[in-house]
Amino acid sequence: MEKIEFAKVGEQMYHEQLENGLNVFVFPKADFQTGYAFFATNYGGMDMRFCLNGEWHDTPAGVAHYLEHKMFDTKEGNALQDLAANGASPNAFTSNAITGYYFSSTEKFEENLRILLSFVSVPWFTKESVEKERGIIGQEIGMIEDDPDWRVITNLMTALYEYHPIRVNVAGSVESISHITAETLYACHKAFYDPANMVLCVAGPVEPERICQIAREILPAQAGPVAMKDYGEREHTNVACSLIEESMEVSAPMFQLGFKGDAPERGENSLRQEMLGDLAMEALLGGSSPLHAKLYQEGLINKNYSYGYEGYPGCSHLVVGGESRDPKAIREAVAQEAKRIGAEGIDDQLWARIKKGAYGMQVRQLNSFENLCVNQAQSFFAGTDYLKFAELFSSITKEEAEDLISRWVVEERTALSVIWPKEVQNA
Amino acid sequence: MFQVTRKELFPGVWLRAIHTNKFKGFQMTVTLLAPLERENAGANALVPYVLRRGSAAHPDMESMSAALDQLYGGTVEPIVRKKGETQCISMMASFLDDTYALEGEAILEPAAKLLCELLLSPKVEQGAFDPDYVSSEKVNMANRIRSQINDKRSYAGCRLTQLMCEEEAYGVDRLGDLASVERITPSSLWERYQALLKDCAVEVYFCGSAQPERVENAFREALSGLPVNEERVVPDCDVRLTAAPEPRVVEEIMDVTQGKLAMGFRTGGITCWEEEYPALVMCNAVFGGTAMSKLFMNVREKMSLCYYASSSMEKLKGLIVVSSGIEFDKYQQAKDEILHQLDKTRKGEIEDWELEGARRIMVGAYQAALDDPFRLEDFWLGQTVAGLEAGPDEVAASFETVTREQVARAAQKLTLDTIYFLKGKEG
Repeated sequence: MEKIEFAKVGEQMYHEQLENGLNVFVFPKADFQTGYAFFATNYGGMDMRFCLNGEWHDTPAGVAHYLEHKMFDTKEGNALQDLAANGASPNAFTSNAITGYYFSSTEKFEENLRILLSFVSVPWFTKESVEKERGIIGQEIGMIEDDPDWRVITNLMTALYEYHPIRVNVAGSVESISHITAETLYACHKAFYDPANMVLCVAGPVEPERICQIAREILPAQAGPVAMKDYGEREHTNVACSLIEESMEVSAPMFQLGFKGDAPERGENSLRQEMLGDLAMEALLGGSSPLHAKLYQEGLINKNYSYGYEGYPGCSHLVVGGESRDPKAIREAVAQEAKRIGAEGIDDQLWARIKKGAYGMQVRQLNSFENLCVNQAQSFFAGTDYLKFAELFSSITKEEAEDLISRWVVEERTALSVIWPKEVQNA
Repeated sequence: MFQVTRKELFPGVWLRAIHTNKFKGFQMTVTLLAPLERENAGANALVPYVLRRGSAAHPDMESMSAALDQLYGGTVEPIVRKKGETQCISMMASFLDDTYALEGEAILEPAAKLLCELLLSPKVEQGAFDPDYVSSEKVNMANRIRSQINDKRSYAGCRLTQLMCEEEAYGVDRLGDLASVERITPSSLWERYQALLKDCAVEVYFCGSAQPERVENAFREALSGLPVNEERVVPDCDVRLTAAPEPRVVEEIMDVTQGKLAMGFRTGGITCWEEEYPALVMCNAVFGGTAMSKLFMNVREKMSLCYYASSSMEKLKGLIVVSSGIEFDKYQQAKDEILHQLDKTRKGEIEDWELEGARRIMVGAYQAALDDPFRLEDFWLGQTVAGLEAGPDEVAASFETVTREQVARAAQKLTLDTIYFLKGKEG
């Protein structure tokens, strides 16, 4: 295996691409008791249209998530219970871009790894089991649709984007999932769950070569065909709609304010753009920025406030959200601050400070094996290695952040999503 | 390398230092150990939240976040926990480990200084806390208490504890109650704060790469402003051996759609100080503590009597609490089935896979605590309150030899004390 040192952050990563195309990454951690394994496919909620063996498929929204639910079924029963009986804590998630299955355990790590690799690579659905799941997922969709935190974000995506499938709910809708059959699930598994489209990331007290050996034993020996994805028409630079509002049972108005960015390039630049975007948001409206102090003092925001950069294949955006009595005033204040930064630049001391702060936070997050493995999987799919962030960090300049703010935080790239409280009668 | 030391810094002020290179950051907590008392709990809990708003040297959010950014994005957060009948009032901090500072500068000393500055040198106005900080933190605290009521699952557990331990300190909530929070003024809070600083035993916790002597020096310096008091003691915990011959049953009606059934048992004097303690932990795991337990597998999965059913344990007070969510008309059936499952545990009707599964899960849970800085801190705080010195690995090892008969004997000692049922208006 190839060994890559990231001396600055005290990490080592072993990498090998197996004969079947699977990329294996291992972070050996001799001092730890817990082992963590993350097995992921480069396939998520937004990959609805694809071409396999020359044939185009249009699948309903929510297939990737439905598939995730059904993957735990095995010929013998249920993999979740097999892992739990070994003292492991297993779980899975589907995001817009990827689907990942994982567990952590302090004992029987190799046995648990075999179970993980096996149930994810061998589909086992019946008409009945797929039917049974429809009600459960339908309830899950009903629950999130009632959740204002979720609603305010998904509304923002539909305002920011006209075509890109990031607009579509990962879980789909009750209507869209009604079209999903066992055949749909088998077809999508075949298209995207080939080792050549997947990564395995492991952290813990393990021997890197053993991980590859186990993966070779369990998974198919040869790579199969992998589907080609299509995200539809080319997305505009400008937002689809600048304001989207709705009323729900909330105690205070909730908002998400988004700024449409450029689609990230593949490779190291995707990671660089992510760090640059996060730093630009820190300087513009982050916890120690002058704008944040002003908004807080004026009672326009409270503790419930978060912000950052998000990048996906084919799109990216900056977003800030929370609770506010006047979200439109925040939109105005951010636009003003962006203009001021464009004219006067970011304060040198502020820049030095937020860079230090962001670096420390990111390094500390490496304590979490989950964070390490999930980020490496995502970075690999984006064409780079996550731990390169430590070296890239120092190369990011204040001028780049100013430039990014001037280009992205402009009216035609801005969209605001608000959830207003329902009017209280007799108030 | 993993070395635990404990040392008295000043009378009644102890440092527990864990010396390890495992983590990217260091974790430190200063905790005031106060007896849980109805009249003071609310004010005690409010103190760290007001302190966090600003110190004399860093009087507002902006200057405090600037100072934290300067120290590589460290975090300092108030946290209030209840361990037995001790209210643990803490400031918890995480910082980047000195090993990873970009210019080799020390982070430990200035970080310890900043943490203790927040604790010992607050922003003062006219001899008391800043009235604005007190009033806004009172609102936040009231919201925190109310949100416990909104989450009906946790509310039912809280109510059960209140009712069951009405005449014991343990019946007081960790945050106190709304009425006592309402009554707090800047000067009454200031008096409470002075009393806490003067009377409480103080526990300092550190986990990171620094040598224990260096940590000791940093905190001797940073805590030198603490009043000297030879009488600081860790509060005691009153343990009731048995329940009344007939359980008390309390029903309440609220506007809820799902009923909540909570059942409180006394453990017949088995607590973390007793030889039978490992058997009690295993008994709780077999009965209702895991997703493989009798309650989960039978009451929930097999008989579909409830949405959830689980049990949890208080090791200092000697309590086991069962909580479940049920349809209103399933009260009798669910209660009978829960008691039936306990009865099976008492008779030793425990399958091999149930016993071994519970053992693997409990061993794994304690071993995994060694890898997680937050769980490790919480574990050691519990040990400090209990006056015990065994580490997580020793506790994990104690489960290995527990037999089926010992589990059954621990179950036989449980006596049902109180039943609480929360039902809806139409029920």
